[in-house]
Amino acid sequence: MSAHFDLVVVGAGPAGIAAAIAAARAGRSVALVDDNPAPGGQIWRHGAHLPAAARKWLVELQASSVVPFYGWRVIDHPAARLIRAESGADCTDLQYDRLILATGARERFLPFPGWTLPNVLGAGGLDAMVRGGLPIAGKRVVVAGTGPLLFAVAGHLAARGAKILAICEQAQLGHLASFARCLLSDPAKLFQGAGYMLAARGARLHTGCWPVAAAGTTQLESVTLCQGSRKWTVACDYLACGFHLAPNTELAQLLGCRTAYGFVVTDDLQRTSVTDVFCAGEPTGIGGVELALIEGQIAGLAAAGKLRDAQSLVPRRQRKLGFVAALRESCTLNPSLRNLADEDTIVCRCEDVRHAALRGRASWRDAKLHTRCGMGPCQGRICGVATEFLFAWHADSVRPPVLPAMVSSLASPGPTRNQPASLSAETAISAHSKETP
Amino acid sequence: MSEVWDVVVAGAGIVGAACAAECAGLGLRTAVVEAAEIGGGATAAGMGHIVVMDDSPAQMALTHYSQTLWHALSPHLGPAVEYESCGTLWVAVDDQEMDEVRRKHRVYASAGITTEILDSHSLAEAEPHLRQPLAGALLVPSDGVLYPPCAAACLMEQAQHNGARLYAPRRVVFARAGTARLDDGTELHAAHIVLAGGADTVQLLPELPIRGRKGHLVITDRYPGMVRHQLVELGYLKSAHSVTTDSVAFNVQPRRTGQILIGSSRQYGAEDSAVDHEILAAMIDRTRWYLPDAGSLSAIRVWTGFRAATPDKLPLIGPWPGDETLILATGHEGLGITTSLATARLVADHLLGRKPKISIEPYLPERFSRSLAHA
Repeated sequence: MSAHFDLVVVGAGPAGIAAAIAAARAGRSVALVDDNPAPGGQIWRHGAHLPAAARKWLVELQASSVVPFYGWRVIDHPAARLIRAESGADCTDLQYDRLILATGARERFLPFPGWTLPNVLGAGGLDAMVRGGLPIAGKRVVVAGTGPLLFAVAGHLAARGAKILAICEQAQLGHLASFARCLLSDPAKLFQGAGYMLAARGARLHTGCWPVAAAGTTQLESVTLCQGSRKWTVACDYLACGFHLAPNTELAQLLGCRTAYGFVVTDDLQRTSVTDVFCAGEPTGIGGVELALIEGQIAGLAAAGKLRDAQSLVPRRQRKLGFVAALRESCTLNPSLRNLADEDTIVCRCEDVRHAALRGRASWRDAKLHTRCGMGPCQGRICGVATEFLFAWHADSVRPPVLPAMVSSLASPGPTRNQPASLSAETAISAHSKETP
Repeated sequence: MSEVWDVVVAGAGIVGAACAAECAGLGLRTAVVEAAEIGGGATAAGMGHIVVMDDSPAQMALTHYSQTLWHALSPHLGPAVEYESCGTLWVAVDDQEMDEVRRKHRVYASAGITTEILDSHSLAEAEPHLRQPLAGALLVPSDGVLYPPCAAACLMEQAQHNGARLYAPRRVVFARAGTARLDDGTELHAAHIVLAGGADTVQLLPELPIRGRKGHLVITDRYPGMVRHQLVELGYLKSAHSVTTDSVAFNVQPRRTGQILIGSSRQYGAEDSAVDHEILAAMIDRTRWYLPDAGSLSAIRVWTGFRAATPDKLPLIGPWPGDETLILATGHEGLGITTSLATARLVADHLLGRKPKISIEPYLPERFSRSLAHA
């Protein structure tokens, strides 16, 4: 199976939705690809009580000519202007004139003793499970890590009846104050933030505080928190952890887009260093929903050739950039967090690699080759983000598939091609032929 | 800075690490220079088989000798090396290839290697996921697989334990007349400099008859027990033997982790390390022809690497005619993991003037002296 579109948008979160709608309105044929079964991304996840603005975007998307590929994960870029996606046992090639990457971000986890116990979850992960039907009413939850996501998650869980015992923000109060000043300059965000705080009422906010250990026999029973020299243990059912976000740049890297400081580099019109490839939202800098929506619209318009319209939105984007910087500053991790793991703490969950095995390794590649860290099915997405902070390692180059894929999808899309591989001893490959014998 | 050693080994891939372990173990004062990770080049990119190959008598002698050295070493390899004595099945699709199975059986027997001929039924029992029916196979029980980067690290540790010094990350930028100059200006002086840099050795000796031969591999998620032996199609040698055409051959391995390693491809003239989707597709199609269930397995990574290939498919082991202080240990193409230990032993024999257990003659670099003379 193969299809051609003027524009393919990867990622159906706010940035991707805005981009797809803007381009479709400009008359382009648009495919919107996302591995989740419904649009919305992590933030507007299906089943949520969505804000009115989100519902408006989703309704508009539904009414548009955008062709949905929900439940499809992009796995490879096998040829120019072509991406390959998989859904269950199906595989398809999507050809494009222009490509918009709106691949979002994932949570950053830091290893500490007990972090692999059942019911120690990502903050966003627990939030998504609750939206998916996990009963949380009456459960005791500790939320820990850094960044505004903690408040959003705490607020939502509290609204669903969870008992939020503590919100532990690793940043010191001073850092948060400057962040709050930034919020004051942005009434929409302030309103959002206040709403979260109200919803999470009863929860105690601790700043300069983080978990040092989680304990339990078969699953989480308690978490030990520290704040300065004070340490105390809280009995709880869930620990929701998130140490801010890491951008999903793997596909951009596979395509050859230039990155700097871990983010995809774009110009004012969201163009990457690769011709006809655009990028919008968190992969260009963690900035939240409003910025993602603006960047998505700019990318969609620019990719559709509406450069003047795209340009007219640039000042709005510029005004939001202060938020990106303030967020970055407030979420800067305290260096003490590097010392949370003891030598037995697992760092790479896929391959069970412990902290002691990684100490003294020269590089990410050295660790991969000699300890298998990052070699499992998550391809280093979780431990690579952690070791970047713990050891200042940088991930090596991205290779296909960008996500684990069926072996058959590496060969060709569509139904099984069971043709030999002629039985002659050699299968000669002509350099100019698309045919394989 | 200037230092004096008995031997300097340039490169800590599997061959360099083996040479270092051998030399240091003999009491030679040994320095090793590695530009990146231990076993991080072609060693990390390869499959890691310990196989006897009968492409030529010289290849058979070297692979067989080296395999006996691996067998002796295997109890001392740590668990990270993942040595598995899984055996190889050379798979025949038709009567013509069964003739080849019988021929191979005789050749291995004449070398003292026990093999077993499997008929179609026994093959299907031994490997239920293979295509059925196939004509049969030759089982070589003494073959095995290991995880090469950790094997190299294990040999390097052994070398360091015996006093070898590792310079890393450092690159040898010049090597002549008993002097190796490193990229930081350090000069290491030694009676002999072993050049074990794989295909990169041409950066030090551009006249060497070595070319990079690109290969692709795919590793899957864990499917313990799905494949029990290393599986190779009988066409493999013909594929590996071609020196002009791009080719693919069916070759899969069970790893101790339960993962399945899928190969193989061979390309000349490809300098770019990017995955070539066309040859990858041909490789996968061939794999699925032999192992139909392979298509639905989850692939985690695809990567490429460059084998150091010589025109006659045999490595370069021994002194370089232009400067006898330089000892070559390169050009092993796809057999560097297997033949590393024998290479190291032959190098040590040469350095000490001992009589080697097998003749070094077929591997001596001087066999290319006509082309080297124009250096």
